[in-house]
Amino acid sequence: MVDPKQQRGGLLQGTLDMLILRTLLYGPAHGHEIGKHIQRTTNDFLQMQHGSLYPALHRLEKRGWVVSKWEMASDRNREFKYYRLTDKGRKQLVVEESQWKQMAEAVARIMWPVAEEN
Amino acid sequence: MAWWQTRKRDAEVERELQSDLELEEEEQRERGVSADEAHYAALRSFGNSTLIGEQTRAVWSWNWLESLARDLRFSLRTLRRTPGFTIIAVLVMALGIGANVALFTVVRGVLLKPLPFEDPDRLVMLYESGLHENEPAGLNVASGGMYAEWKKQNRSYSSLALAQGIRVGLSGSGGQLPEKLNSALFSWDMLRTLGVQPALGRDFTEADDNPAASGTVLLSWGLWKRRFGGDPGILNQTIFLDAQAYTVIGVMPAWFDFPGPSTQLWTPVYHDKPEATMTSFSSHMFSVVGRLKPGVSASQGVADLSVISQRIHNEHLNDPFIFRNTRSRPLLEHMVGEIKKPLYVLLDATCCLLLIACLNVANLLVARAAARRKELAIRTALGGSWLRLIGERLMECLLLSASGGALGLSLAFAALQWLTRTRPDMSRVESIHIDGVVAAFTVGIVIICALFSGLIAAFSSSDNRILAALHEASRSVGGNSARASVRKVLLALEVGLTVILLIGAGLLVKSYERLRSADMGCLTQDVLTMHLGIPDARYPTAAQRANFYNTLLDRVRALPGVDAAGFATVVPGQGYQMDWNFSIVEHPPLPQGTGQFALSRWADPKYFNAMGIPILRGRTFDSGKRLDAANEVVISQSFASQYFPGEDPLGRHLHARGKTAVIVGIVGDTRYEIGEAVKPVQYYPLDAGVESVGTLVIRSSRGLEQFALPVQRIVSEMDPDLPVSDVLTMNQLLGQSTLDQSFNAALLVAFATLSLVLAAVGLFGVMSYIAAQRTTEIGIRIALGAKREQVMRRMLLDGMRPAVFGLVVGLAGSLEAGQLMRDLLYEIKPLDPAVYVVVAATLLAVAGFACIVPAWRASHLDPMQALRTE
Repeated sequence: MVDPKQQRGGLLQGTLDMLILRTLLYGPAHGHEIGKHIQRTTNDFLQMQHGSLYPALHRLEKRGWVVSKWEMASDRNREFKYYRLTDKGRKQLVVEESQWKQMAEAVARIMWPVAEEN
Repeated sequence: MAWWQTRKRDAEVERELQSDLELEEEEQRERGVSADEAHYAALRSFGNSTLIGEQTRAVWSWNWLESLARDLRFSLRTLRRTPGFTIIAVLVMALGIGANVALFTVVRGVLLKPLPFEDPDRLVMLYESGLHENEPAGLNVASGGMYAEWKKQNRSYSSLALAQGIRVGLSGSGGQLPEKLNSALFSWDMLRTLGVQPALGRDFTEADDNPAASGTVLLSWGLWKRRFGGDPGILNQTIFLDAQAYTVIGVMPAWFDFPGPSTQLWTPVYHDKPEATMTSFSSHMFSVVGRLKPGVSASQGVADLSVISQRIHNEHLNDPFIFRNTRSRPLLEHMVGEIKKPLYVLLDATCCLLLIACLNVANLLVARAAARRKELAIRTALGGSWLRLIGERLMECLLLSASGGALGLSLAFAALQWLTRTRPDMSRVESIHIDGVVAAFTVGIVIICALFSGLIAAFSSSDNRILAALHEASRSVGGNSARASVRKVLLALEVGLTVILLIGAGLLVKSYERLRSADMGCLTQDVLTMHLGIPDARYPTAAQRANFYNTLLDRVRALPGVDAAGFATVVPGQGYQMDWNFSIVEHPPLPQGTGQFALSRWADPKYFNAMGIPILRGRTFDSGKRLDAANEVVISQSFASQYFPGEDPLGRHLHARGKTAVIVGIVGDTRYEIGEAVKPVQYYPLDAGVESVGTLVIRSSRGLEQFALPVQRIVSEMDPDLPVSDVLTMNQLLGQSTLDQSFNAALLVAFATLSLVLAAVGLFGVMSYIAAQRTTEIGIRIALGAKREQVMRRMLLDGMRPAVFGLVVGLAGSLEAGQLMRDLLYEIKPLDPAVYVVVAATLLAVAGFACIVPAWRASHLDPMQALRTE
């Protein structure tokens, strides 16, 4: 586990929600899968802390962006709590994505200024 | 969310975490980790699952409310477990908050609430000012003539009205005794100017307010209830004031007490006062209230009136007593001017007291946090969040200060009851009561106290060194010096504030003593005074008046046990009252526009003897010269030295009010008011029969009180309608005029004593704590051969250091506070060294005493016992 302070610094506020929503775009997944996926995809750069993951999942559920259901796992003979994206969640993802893009562009413009076209 | 849903949700979160945890474990095992290892690896990677579960559940719950309730429960339980601490903390808070709320209520009622008149911001009190070219601009009461001119010519005031406080005798009726009452003369439009209506009956009209009209009177609500049984039939009845008939036309509302507290009657001024007084420009006796026209500022109004004053002044250059200027101040300021300063000083003192109370409670909390350090460390290690722990601490403080506040509010209520009973003379005392704003203020104070003491305590214990705490707790040899130092700083602050309060109290007490021991120039022991006056209406001739007093004095002197008796219009300590301008016949006339005046009194020949005023030269009045033949005058020593420098005044003549009198004697100086400078006085013979109201003085070395009844009996035998009032020994009379000072001094001494006790308790607590913490260390020291005296000295020094530091801070702060109190002090400087020395010594003694017990106990530790305590 990384130091919680580092993690907090590494992951911008609100970004975690977007990452979870994006992960669920591939299909339903349970908490552990989501955490692992984010971690693996970023080559372990973003380490998932369970202390933020589960509250985030439940927050998304409370807002109606995901729904959850206990289902049998395909590879294991056991039930897991699967989260599935709702239509509302899909729309939210678009919103968050565009916000993030604007933010990233804005930051980039300051960090790596390009000469304007004449 | 309902509770069954909550429980279901809780179970589900549990299950979810559990299943994911198991999955993690399985994955670890699949990677070839041994079963045991996999279990712990999964747990490690997962983190604190209890905490995660809690945080996840928190998403769904009414988290803050729930945790608030939990904190509340928990705090209640911890407080109940340490009743001693709880009771002390609540009491300390209650005292601090109670004192503050009480004084805030007074300040709000007296100084901050607008006057209960219509549009009170436009009401101003008007004064005359500037007799001479270069005289400092004072505030003087106005003359009737100037008032009339102002009223006629001004363009800035929608109305101007006139008032004067007087005393009248209300004749006995229906079996009730005659009595002397505070009363006021109003011009007919005064109530209209203020915007007040009588509660019953009607207001004065212009027709009531002239000498030809028949007498009319308004009663106060209190007088109506007390004297006339609250009977509405009193309207249009006739009552007798100073033996003259007045028709009751109305009753004022209960709250109305203008121009001063305990005013019981109001009569029209132009009806009661002779026309000469009302048109004179040089006889100043009236308060003038003006209502500014909309859009006119106070300074514009004053400028307008000043032009009129200057014109009148210029038209009468031969009269040296006509003012040339006008000043004004808001009516509220006029009414509360004198008590404003002491009230603010007292409010500052209670703020100090509250701060001390907060510091004390914070100190206690820090001590408790130290005792609970291990518990807190364990809770932190188990995942209790820092915020939760602080929240809990704050909740504890909130509980303490809320109960303190509730108790304080009832204390304040009791204090205010007591205040309004003991000080009915205070202006606007009727507007003092606890209301919504005061309640809000109390809540605010409670919250501030909770935050203040709670945050200090919380931050002093919020270090992250959990391990250190757990280690230390297992073997506390060194003790936690950091925490003790927080407490020492708090203590030093507390001691500093206490020093400021003590010095303030000391200054006031010393000033009060100076005041009471100031030489009045007359006897203050063994003298009884009583006020009486014969109404001119019943005693119209000079001979009747002179005879009345001669007979009265003869009969009083004949009473067994009376050593001497006399009568004077005003005795020392009763105030300025009256002055006359005069000229000295033998001196060349003064340049135009200048004049001389001095206090004037009437006295009988034996008054000086009875009052113990020494006759320095010459003699007293010749008792054979009466009525018009009484043409003698006695002057005071300062009169002689001021107006007859290098000259023998005896045999010279004074000309005053159209009569000439020869100076026959010089008597010692007296003060007209305690705390005021000596002023020249001219005494005229009572035997002239001019004055009819004054004070009877009786000197006896055998129990003064016993004469009150026989003398009153003599008076009522001579005239059953004559009220005798203010039966006071000279000591009581002077005590009444220093009531303010003694009151302020007493309150401040109470506050200072309280804070001294609090500081001593704090010091004792910290020292005991430090001693307990260092038990092991001290045990080792003693076992290794340290002398007990050394241990004791070390402990004492440790305890005295914050006290001395606080003392220095407090002394520095007192320099500032002393300046603030400068106006309240009489004949002593704010930097009175004696007070500073006494306070410093007292404080050091108390601090030493508070430290010596724990230090002594520490030095008498049995080393074996000490080492075994862990």
